[in-house]
Amino acid sequence: MPLLWLILLVLAIAAGVFIFARARVLAQSGQDRRTLHSLPNYYGSNAAMKSAIPALLVLVIWLIAQPLYVNTSVSGMIPDTAIAESSSRSLVLAEVRRTAEGLDLAIATGNMTEDEARNMRADISDVTQRLSDAGAIVTSQVTQPVLRAAQQFRVLNATGYQIMTAVVLLIAIAGGLWGVRETRPEFRARNVVEQGICVLLIAAASIAILTTLGIVLSLVFNTIEFFRLYPASEFFFGTSWAPSFSGRGGASDLGILPLLWGTFYISIVALIVAVPIGLFSAIYLSEYASPKVRAFAKPMLEVLAGIPTIVYGLFALLTVGPLLVSVFGDDGLGWMQAGTAVMTAGLVMGIMLIPFVSSLSDDIINAVPQAMRDGSYGLGATQSETIRQVVLPAALPGIVGAILLAASRAIGETMIVVLGAGAAARLSLNPFDAMTTVTAKIVSQLTGDSDFASPEALVAFALGMTLFVITLGLNIFALYIVRKYREQYE
Amino acid sequence: MTDASMDSVPVKGTLTTVDARTKKRNAAEKRFKAYGIVAILIGLFFLVVLAVSILRSGIPAFTQAEMQLEFVLTQEEFDAAESQVLKTKAYENIFITKLQDALTEKGLTVAFDAAAIERLLGKPGSTIREFYRANPDQIGQPVTFSLPASSRVDGYFKGRVSRDTVVDSRFFEASDLDLVDALADAGIIVRNFNWNFITGSDSGVDHPGGAGIGVSVIGSFFMMLVVLALSLPIGVAASIYLEEFAPQNWFTDLIEVNISNLAAVPSIVFGILGLAVFIQFMHLPQSAPLVGGLVLTLMTLPTIIISTRASLKAVPPSIREAALGVGASKMQTVFHHVLPLAAPGILTGTIIGLAQALGETAPLLLIGMVGFIARAYPEGVVSGFIDPNSAMPAQIYTWAARADAGFYEKAWGGIIILLIFLLTMNIIAIILRRRFERRW
Repeated sequence: MPLLWLILLVLAIAAGVFIFARARVLAQSGQDRRTLHSLPNYYGSNAAMKSAIPALLVLVIWLIAQPLYVNTSVSGMIPDTAIAESSSRSLVLAEVRRTAEGLDLAIATGNMTEDEARNMRADISDVTQRLSDAGAIVTSQVTQPVLRAAQQFRVLNATGYQIMTAVVLLIAIAGGLWGVRETRPEFRARNVVEQGICVLLIAAASIAILTTLGIVLSLVFNTIEFFRLYPASEFFFGTSWAPSFSGRGGASDLGILPLLWGTFYISIVALIVAVPIGLFSAIYLSEYASPKVRAFAKPMLEVLAGIPTIVYGLFALLTVGPLLVSVFGDDGLGWMQAGTAVMTAGLVMGIMLIPFVSSLSDDIINAVPQAMRDGSYGLGATQSETIRQVVLPAALPGIVGAILLAASRAIGETMIVVLGAGAAARLSLNPFDAMTTVTAKIVSQLTGDSDFASPEALVAFALGMTLFVITLGLNIFALYIVRKYREQYE
Repeated sequence: MTDASMDSVPVKGTLTTVDARTKKRNAAEKRFKAYGIVAILIGLFFLVVLAVSILRSGIPAFTQAEMQLEFVLTQEEFDAAESQVLKTKAYENIFITKLQDALTEKGLTVAFDAAAIERLLGKPGSTIREFYRANPDQIGQPVTFSLPASSRVDGYFKGRVSRDTVVDSRFFEASDLDLVDALADAGIIVRNFNWNFITGSDSGVDHPGGAGIGVSVIGSFFMMLVVLALSLPIGVAASIYLEEFAPQNWFTDLIEVNISNLAAVPSIVFGILGLAVFIQFMHLPQSAPLVGGLVLTLMTLPTIIISTRASLKAVPPSIREAALGVGASKMQTVFHHVLPLAAPGILTGTIIGLAQALGETAPLLLIGMVGFIARAYPEGVVSGFIDPNSAMPAQIYTWAARADAGFYEKAWGGIIILLIFLLTMNIIAIILRRRFERRW
């Protein structure tokens, strides 16, 4: 992989410059190191930093920018007439990329020489034959514009990478020389190096902002694209979810209401399970339990939080579902048709949320000042009366915050509902019916073979946007409540 | 207080006689305490049920019914089989003859035809042919073949399929069970430890017996390398900045708000981010552990930053002041004194973050790391990062979503392996914390 070699080469240059600069400043200082402003290593680091960091930065930017540039220029080569009725420009571009990869493969396997691959007047059928000989995946007969574009794609990429290698190495060497030239005993190397490190630290911290930005931009752009193809009002107020599978044709119904209903119903069931159990566990652990019981039970409950959600999903699908069917199914009460249902997913999700509610509430109950309890005992209240009438009201805002956080976790949970809740989107009140959620449908719409430009795939981004906004809102609200409450006792 | 309120308590109890109201209050007290105990017991009960159902359903995945047959293939038989048009069929017939011989030798006579063998074993011919073509020197030598039995035979041995529940189909007939019983009596079908489950790759949709998790373990391994290599330095650098250098301004606040919000963003949204940014925008290879690692890095960063900041905060200010006092710069103080002291805590947090990332499924499904991709081991280190592969949880999901009940057992078995990894990581984290964490 030439890219790896390039990076190693840049690092090697930096290492060389480090040693050289260090030796140079030591030589300049003679035998007396006290004349140096900084420790010798800082002079080396300064030169190495100036050599490696700009070079690697340019490398990263180039790697991101080049495909964009190549894509637009190749895209310009394909006339609109070459795009088939059922196809789209992005599909043709994917075809171009595949053909270009096929050409590379053909050269690697010796079915074609470099000159032949670049030959603009190459015979189409011959090229197709050679590509499939080389084992490349060529879907149909390669068309003339696609082959031309693929050849251009390869040429542009190859020259791009050559220029990139040259530029990056040049920057590395020039930066190194600059650093070495600066190296004199009176140069404040440490300050410069520390400034450089500080910039790196800020860059690392900014990644959080970039991530949020990336999430928001990728959701917003694709959501706008979706609303261009599908009316927003039908998405938000449609009561039917029936996507047509790509290629089969026919209009899709993409109303979010059944999905939101499924999401909220399952979350409510989960909270009905998790909140009482979690809250009472927290009360017992923080107010009644002896240190020994607490040291055992608290980590044990928290194990439930460390188990991956796929395990819960499987537990719902294969253990809880059949169990519920044997009680509520046709052999029992006859309320349930299949193992996947709101109840199954909700129950298992509730189990998952128990430690979440209990450890958050535990922290909050512990934060209530002991003086308030002592005051209540002094008035003759029993322990449970103190808890119900003094501790819980004081902790209430925090507990509400914890429950809201648990709710946001429940709404965003994916694997349990994908495996346990079923795939049918319906608006029903029966908790033993199969329903589906926003997250489950994001998975099913994006893991199929559907083309990314179709409304059936793009709807996943609109669903993701809705999910993001709801969970973000809940989180901010919950954190606001928790924070406001904490200030009261600090 | 007024006298009126005193009147509302008519009969006063003494220390020796308890009045009705005190009794009621004491009962309420006991009840309340019992609710707490019951809640904890319910929580623990769920944990036990979960553990039992994982172990009970998963352990059978580690054994596999195999047909073991030792026989000698002569040069003439080899040549005869190679000269036929349907070569694998010829080998299958040789196998059936040898099986008949073995059974007669043991004094058992069971009638069976080629179709029954195919129902029990799939098509044994090609395995045998490939073996002899690869090892021609073994011709004329006694060779033991271990061929995995079909999922229904396997299920019969593990109690998943019984004589009452078996349904005749082109995959299996009730009469085959007689043959299976006879072969088991003869010691030809045995239950062995299934190494292929640990080292193998995913199999076809209707062949659960051959499915293994090995390739997706490698996929997970490469992903974790990416996560470790990126999230540890970035997370530590970000935490150092926020904890030690950041001035109180809007930019710092913005970063802090972003980190706390990212920690609560549903994991599937990170999958959407990975799909849109890394695959659609940057054209990184689909289904590659590199992309999976990048997505999981972004997901674990908040966890690592939060725990790293906590351990940096735990280093007492006196350490910093002492270092500054003897002339160290701010940067030297942090890197030479604070960071080494906080290292055990940082490492613990990182391992826990990695364990979280290892169990994450949903974002991986969106970037195409589904189970059936895991067909072959990567060829080298670079190919391990960029060639399509799956990851353990995604592989488990793929198995769970398949129709054949044989795959459910594999899914549970996969969960045992996944949990062993998670347990090991968490135990390492706990040991690190116990041994190296200093209390100031």
